[in-house]
Parts: sequence; C-alpha cells; structure tokens
Amino acid sequence: MKRIIACLLLALAPLGAMAASADVELDRARNNLANTASLQRGAKYFVNYCLGCHSLQYVRYNRLAEDLLLTEQQLAENLMFTADKPTEMMTIAMRPEDAERWFGVTPPDLSLTARARGADWIYTYLRSFYVDKSRPIGVNNTVLPNASMPHVLAPLQGYQKATFEEGVDADGNPTKHFSGFTEPEGGAMSPEEYDEVVRDIVNFMVYVAEPVQLRRQEIGMGVLAFLMVLFVFAYFLKREYWRDVH
Amino acid sequence: MERQNQDYFDRAAAGWNRFIGWIDARVPLSSFVRSQATEYYAPKNFNFWYYFGVLSLVVLVIQIVTGIFLTMNYKPSAEDAFASVEYIMRDVEWGWLIRYMHSTGASAFFVVVYLHMFRGLMYGSYKAPRELLWIFGMLVYVALMAEAFMGYLLPWGQMSYWGAQVIISLFGAIPKIGEPLALWIRGDFAISDITLNRFFALHVIAMPLILILLVVFHLVALRHNGSNNPDGIEIKKNLGPDGHPVDGIPFHPYYTVKDLVGVILFAIVFAVVVFFVPEMGGYFLEHANFEPANPLVTPEHIAPVWYFTPFYAILRAVPDKFLGVLAMGAAILVLFVLPWLDRHPVKSMRYRSSLYKLALIVFAATFIVLGYLGLKPPTRFFSELSLRLSELYFLFFLVSWAYSKTRSRGFHFGLFAGVLVLLAILDAVRWDPINGSLMLQMYLIPAVYLAIFLLLPVFTRLNESKPVPERVTF
Repeated sequence: MKRIIACLLLALAPLGAMAASADVELDRARNNLANTASLQRGAKYFVNYCLGCHSLQYVRYNRLAEDLLLTEQQLAENLMFTADKPTEMMTIAMRPEDAERWFGVTPPDLSLTARARGADWIYTYLRSFYVDKSRPIGVNNTVLPNASMPHVLAPLQGYQKATFEEGVDADGNPTKHFSGFTEPEGGAMSPEEYDEVVRDIVNFMVYVAEPVQLRRQEIGMGVLAFLMVLFVFAYFLKREYWRDVH
Repeated sequence: MERQNQDYFDRAAAGWNRFIGWIDARVPLSSFVRSQATEYYAPKNFNFWYYFGVLSLVVLVIQIVTGIFLTMNYKPSAEDAFASVEYIMRDVEWGWLIRYMHSTGASAFFVVVYLHMFRGLMYGSYKAPRELLWIFGMLVYVALMAEAFMGYLLPWGQMSYWGAQVIISLFGAIPKIGEPLALWIRGDFAISDITLNRFFALHVIAMPLILILLVVFHLVALRHNGSNNPDGIEIKKNLGPDGHPVDGIPFHPYYTVKDLVGVILFAIVFAVVVFFVPEMGGYFLEHANFEPANPLVTPEHIAPVWYFTPFYAILRAVPDKFLGVLAMGAAILVLFVLPWLDRHPVKSMRYRSSLYKLALIVFAATFIVLGYLGLKPPTRFFSELSLRLSELYFLFFLVSWAYSKTRSRGFHFGLFAGVLVLLAILDAVRWDPINGSLMLQMYLIPAVYLAIFLLLPVFTRLNESKPVPERVTF
C-alpha cells in the first residue's frame, strides 16, 4: 500500500514541486495603452527609477521614440542616459555578477514581465513594499514575499507598514494573513498621485512587452472588414451554384 | 468587326486546347482533374461538420508557409532561441503576424482536427469500407501531436522547457529501457541545446514530410470509396441512368464554392484570435513561456498546452507512473481499433439508438472535462474525478462494442457485473484510507454509467435503432 502511495506522490512530484507564492488579491491596474502621455511619463519613470538595474534588452530606443511620438532630440535628452545611438537596445551597464553580489540575485530583464506576470501583478507589486527589519534591505513585499528588490520608489511613496492577522488553521498550525497597509510616511506624493505614477510605469511595461499591440488591432479591423466583404461574395456565389441541387 | 473577334476567340480556344493536349500526352492532367474534382461525386447532404476536413488542410498550409518564414529568422540554440523569437516579434517586418499565425495555427489545427474526428464518430465514418481512411487519419493525428510537442520546445520559454522535461521523463517510466530511451531522445541528461537542435530538425523537416505523406494517403483512401455523409448511406449503391450516384454532386464546382464559404468563415475566426487575443487568455500562448527557459527554476504550475490535457489528465489520474503512461497510450491506441469495436451496421448516429447518442455525448463531455482537469493542479478531488472520468473514457469503447449487435439479457447482466467487479478490484489495489470516502462516492460515476448503458437496453426499448432511409436527407 505504501508503495502505491509513494508512486502516486512520485507521479505528481513534478507538479507538486512548486515554489510557494503569495495569494494576495491583485488590484486592477486600469492602464490605457491609447494614452500616449501616460506611456511617455511611464518611459521617463522607468528610465529614471528602474533602468539602473533592470534592462529592456529586446527594446530599441528609436522604437520607443517612434511608438511614443517622441522626436529624436526628446529621446536623447530625456531617455537615453546610458546609450550613444538611438538604434541601441535598452541594456544596462551593471554586470550580472556584480548584481548578484550586491542584491543576492541578478535583477531580471523586464521586457516581457507584463506578459509573464500581468499588468495587475506589477501594479500591485510596486505598491506593496512594507518595512520589515528582518530583511537585509529593510523592506519586504506582500506580492513577492522576501523579494530582493529595495523599495526604489520610496522617495515618492514613502514607507508603509503591513498589518497581519494571526490565527490558526484547521490543523491547529499558526497562520499569518496579510490584512492591510498603514498610511505611508516620508514620501513626496499622496497615495493617489503615487498610484498614478505606478499606473504609468505599468502602462509603459505593458507596451514594451509587445510594442505591436498599439497597431495590431487596427490592422485586424481592416483584415476583418476585407474578409467579411469576401464572405458576402463567396456566399452568393455558393448560393448561385447550389440553386440546382435538390 | 464582330466576326473578327469571333475568329480571334476561336483561334485562342484552339491554341489552349492544343496546349492542354500537349500536356495530357505527357502527364494525365485532364483525367486527374476529372477523377478528383469535376467527375468526383460527393454526397449532396454534407452539413456544417464536413467543413473541418478541408479546414485541416488549410491550417496545414498556414503552418507550413508561416513556418518557412519563421525559420528564416529563428535561431535553434539554447543561447539565442528565446531572443530570436523576440527579434521576430519586434524587429522583423510583419514578424509578429507570422509568429501569431503560427502559434494560433497550432491550436487551430487541434480544434479543427478534434471536430473532424468527432464528426467521424457521429456519422460512423470509420466503419467499413473506410477503416484504413480512419487509421490514416489517426496516424495524421499522432504525427500532429509529435509535431506540436517538438514545436512547443522551440521558443525556449519556461513552459517549453519544463513541459518537454516532464513529457520526456514519462518515457523513463518504462521498465528497464525507459531511462536509456529518455536519454536517447534528449541526447543529454536534461533538456539542453542538443535537444533543442534535434527537435528543430524534426519539427521543420522530418515530421512535416511524414505529415504530408500521411495526408496524401488519407486523401487517396477518401477518394477511393468516397465520403461518408450525415445519413451514413453509401451513395454509390444508388446510381442514376448516367452511371453517377443520384445523391451525389460533382466535387467541383459544388463543394469548391461551398468550402470557400467555410474557409472564409474560418479565416474570420482565425483573424479575431490572431489580431485581438493571440494569447487566448494563456491557453494558446502560456504566460510562463514569456520567461526564458531556466533549468534551475521550476515554474509554479506545469501544464501541457490545452490540446494534450485530456490525455495528460488520464496519465496523472493513474496512481502509478508506468501504468499511467500505458493508460495514456491506450487512450490514443483504442481509437485506432474503433472500427473493429463498434460493428453496428447502422453508421450514422441519426439512426442509432437514443442510448448510443447519449453515450456519444457523454464521451465528448468526458473528453472536454478531462481536458479541463489536465490544466488544473491535481487536488485530491480533481485527481479522483480524473480517474473516474478516465474510466468513462474507456467504457465508451466497451459500450460501443457491446452495442454492435443484439445481445442476450445474460450478456448485459454479465458484462455489467463483471466490469463493476473489475473496477472494484482496481480500487482495492489503489486503496488509500485518506481518500476512502471520496473513492467510494465517486465509484458511483462508472456504476451509474454502466447501469444506464448496460441495464437500460434490457428493461427499456431505448437501445433500438431507427430505420435507415434509402436516399439521403437534407
């Protein structure tokens, strides 16, 4: 009997071996790709706060300029701090081995994070840092527990504390459930203003994950219109031929 | 002036005829067109379900053409594969469209093939004289699964990597030769650059060649006996004075213009997915596959792409890895022998008994729910449900066989009791006190199924076929 149970467990092992993830509810990002101003602000925030450690290795600067309606001069003055040519990819100067020594892990490339994690996840993550003295960097995150990332946006948001409800589960083990954040302290912005900043960053990251999505649906409408006209012709052609089939 | 024109047309027509005559003297072009299209008689009562054959062919062409263009920019190495896909998505002119057509095409292929196969089940298209047609079709389906599985590794994302890792490790469950076999397939101790390279070779040249060859065999077999139809009647048995089937119409132009309508309708649905929802909520392009493959980090939840999940659910449901692999293989193989299991003389479900129709609906529903369960993490409840539905999957074939002819009361009672005892023995072998009550409760699923399909024919007239008409109906 034990062998059968062991086999069962083994068969399910590849599915059972999962890293635990926090099951916090995600807030809706409500970003809007059609809002070019938001994308431009998002690009500015990203370059200033994120691009120090996180690359966008699949994105070219000039593609940004083209899609976000920026001139080459605006691009050079506001976004290109580490690159020389607008055709360059948005890479970073920090070497992976250094990053690993400093932070414990290499900060991941963020080109596709919006597609892998979803906009809501990033939106909630960037608003869920809280003070935790037990962590080497002094902050923790409810969305990604024990994240190695410092609270880079703290000058804007300030620092908040998290409250947890302690209880016991059905088997009598103690549990700790996140119940909310305290009012952040020491930030330059109100919570509402900060949410807008995060929304702009998320919007930019969603764009960056698939630049063509700004145009894809437009082209799709044209293709559908063409196919529908074609369908009308094909339908009547069929009906004409099939008139004599009884 | 008019006369001059007439003259001109006559001369042009004569020239054209001479040209065709020249070709016909060298290759049998005209006779081929006649035998395959203009004088190939197809039943006139095809319905909606008959579009999915031609649509499979359309998707095959989409996959081959977009595949060729993808190959021009894709780099089959562990180092570059992921980045080259992003390069196609961002820097190659229309690369995103080609890639989305290919990724959507993969799922669309299975959608149309599953509907095409279900059509065959509904109208008994696998029955004599079309057994080999069905078997070639099944071989196409198996080749397609191999093609899709290998293709899924190529983007080299997390799900590509771990999906392949899990599936190939299944071969390792075979006693003795398992591990060497898995090693031989991978060419390495884990999925690596070597595996990616050989999967690329198999995906872009070996499997497509096999697929096309099998499709040709499938079509040759189809043209030899002609299509079945929703009434399951042989139209060739009812010839008119001109020697053509009275219920048949020439494939060209009737079905070429009709299929054109179906193809455009399909193109509309296809375009909606490609341009508006290419990820299809994570079912066509899985979210985890937007992270590059990382052999050190296992994704939170590994599930194959949706078209494999019914079989994956069967595999997982069996509480022994090797037996699970066997059950999964059997679930596919049993379809091959269906023509010899279901030998009922009535082909179409239109004239089969109410109970048979119900069995077919339950079978389709079982397949869909198994597909759903294969996507979900295996909780205790889901695992047990998967196992019971796997039993229903196989019981459908048992019922098909039992319904092949009129059987005695004793046969029905005996089969009912026999299978119930067999399932109880299987439960005793895998008995697990933690799950005991759940196992017993869910034992009702196959028990009720067997009671309905094996006992009702004895006590009611629900298993009586209807008379098959002489001529096809619209």
